[in-house]
Amino acid sequence: MEAKEIYQRLKDAFQDDILEFNAEVLQPFIKISPDKTEEIAQFLRDEDDLEFDYLMCLSGLDLGENLGVVYHLYSMKFNHKIVLKTEVSKEQPNVNSVADIWRTADWHEREAYDLLGINFVNHPDLRRILLPDDWEGHPLRKDYQPPKSWHGIPVTLANEEEQDGANE
Amino acid sequence: MAQTNNFPETRFELEIPDPLKTDEFILNMGPQHPSTHGVLRVLLKTDGEIVESATPYIGYLHRTFEKHAERMTWPQVVPYVDRMDYLASMNNSLGYALAVEKMMGLEVNERAQYLRIIVSELNRIASHLVFLGTYGLDVGAFTPFLYGFRERERIIDLFEEISGGRLLYNYIWIGGVAFDAPDGWLEKVNEFCDYFEPKIKEYNDLLTFNKIFIERTANVGVIPADLAINYGLSGPTLRGSGVNFDLRKNDPYCIYDRFDFNVCIGKGEQGTVGDSWDRYYVRIEEMVESAKIIRQAVNQIPDGDAKETVPRNVRVPAGEIYFRTETPRGELGYYIVSDGGKNPVRVKVRAPAFCNLSILPAVARGTMVADLVAILGSLDIVLGEIDR
Repeated sequence: MEAKEIYQRLKDAFQDDILEFNAEVLQPFIKISPDKTEEIAQFLRDEDDLEFDYLMCLSGLDLGENLGVVYHLYSMKFNHKIVLKTEVSKEQPNVNSVADIWRTADWHEREAYDLLGINFVNHPDLRRILLPDDWEGHPLRKDYQPPKSWHGIPVTLANEEEQDGANE
Repeated sequence: MAQTNNFPETRFELEIPDPLKTDEFILNMGPQHPSTHGVLRVLLKTDGEIVESATPYIGYLHRTFEKHAERMTWPQVVPYVDRMDYLASMNNSLGYALAVEKMMGLEVNERAQYLRIIVSELNRIASHLVFLGTYGLDVGAFTPFLYGFRERERIIDLFEEISGGRLLYNYIWIGGVAFDAPDGWLEKVNEFCDYFEPKIKEYNDLLTFNKIFIERTANVGVIPADLAINYGLSGPTLRGSGVNFDLRKNDPYCIYDRFDFNVCIGKGEQGTVGDSWDRYYVRIEEMVESAKIIRQAVNQIPDGDAKETVPRNVRVPAGEIYFRTETPRGELGYYIVSDGGKNPVRVKVRAPAFCNLSILPAVARGTMVADLVAILGSLDIVLGEIDR
């Protein structure tokens, strides 16, 4: 199924929660609202003519003002793909979890939480995954400042600090 | 055949008589443990010898690749992606190069295309040979390790000749490859195939159809196809569950559509479809197919300048892409965002082993501790790409 038709199917079922469709780019994407991701994911996975059973990738990214989550979906049966996007503010970064729809999302959402601080509502086990539990901040945010040390272990190298200082 | 471990629901059929009821025991497997293939910690809750739950803790090898990538120029990222899956560096840089080329709309020189196929398939064989050896070690067979490394050494010599590196190559660049093949190199690749193909029988005689090995792996860690897809497994781990899915066929990239090769899937020959033995055997069969591809590529390779299309300045137009390739471990995806500047805005890596490992808690429940090692080994994880 083409991206346009998938968009039409979603628009018919969810109306206002489907915010935008863009086919001008390399890989067409559909923008959805962050509090409906779970329902939309369920719909995409379970409808007979869509059957997106494979979540290829779930990425978080820092868009400057906002945080974004991007879902790359694939259907093993129909060999079609779609990209979903959603955006949340940095103050209230709440996105509904899709970990119950695709188990792949479990660890990927934990990673996005760990590195970007996106809060996935209803996630079964939202903990840091790559960084230590007591790490502060979310490193992939563009405004992130690394700590000087962690439990007495130096984190930033001295010359790197100097370089950073010189840039400012 | 009796199924001792299957879906989580049915897995608690191993009943223990009451007088033997023991306390829950918490055991750390790793982070420094040879069978965890790197630095992985699995927290086991066991009831005697039976695993009640296994929780993987990762991140010990986290080198902040994604953050680094945001501060580097496009070509500078290549050596870093080599270091993710250090057993298949060629395949890693191939994925990155293809993704960036697609964004740039860059057509790569024919000769470079063929060289890329040859090196990445050689690397696939090398990676599967390490799997063969270490999996043997995991279940208690030492000799296959020496056999696997004997052949791998020859591949590494070939790589050293063409790229200068023995583990991390920085060979596949955006727009082509770093060096053309030296004189006589392609003949040597052919010689290697002649040498390598008969060795498969040796592995099969030594390990694959060894009674003890089959006992250790058949019917152990069965992953049903639907569960495998839902967990996003890919590569031999997914195909072991009987799913006929290979990105080289189903979502072709490069010039894979020009070659004749088969997709190997698990058939449950020694037990149930999707058990550890199937996952192991898929990899053995894949080595034969890779050798087939290499032979065809060496025969078809045209003359030309392999560095012709390597751009002096890499300028990537604003936009984004998700590009996936088939590495020895499965679907390696790069989600790359560009704003048209000299460095990427975001490089997110969907590492195949990251998803493959995430199924461990679901498969581990109700198995014996010793079987857990066999299951973990059959997933063929590389912590370098899980933690990035």
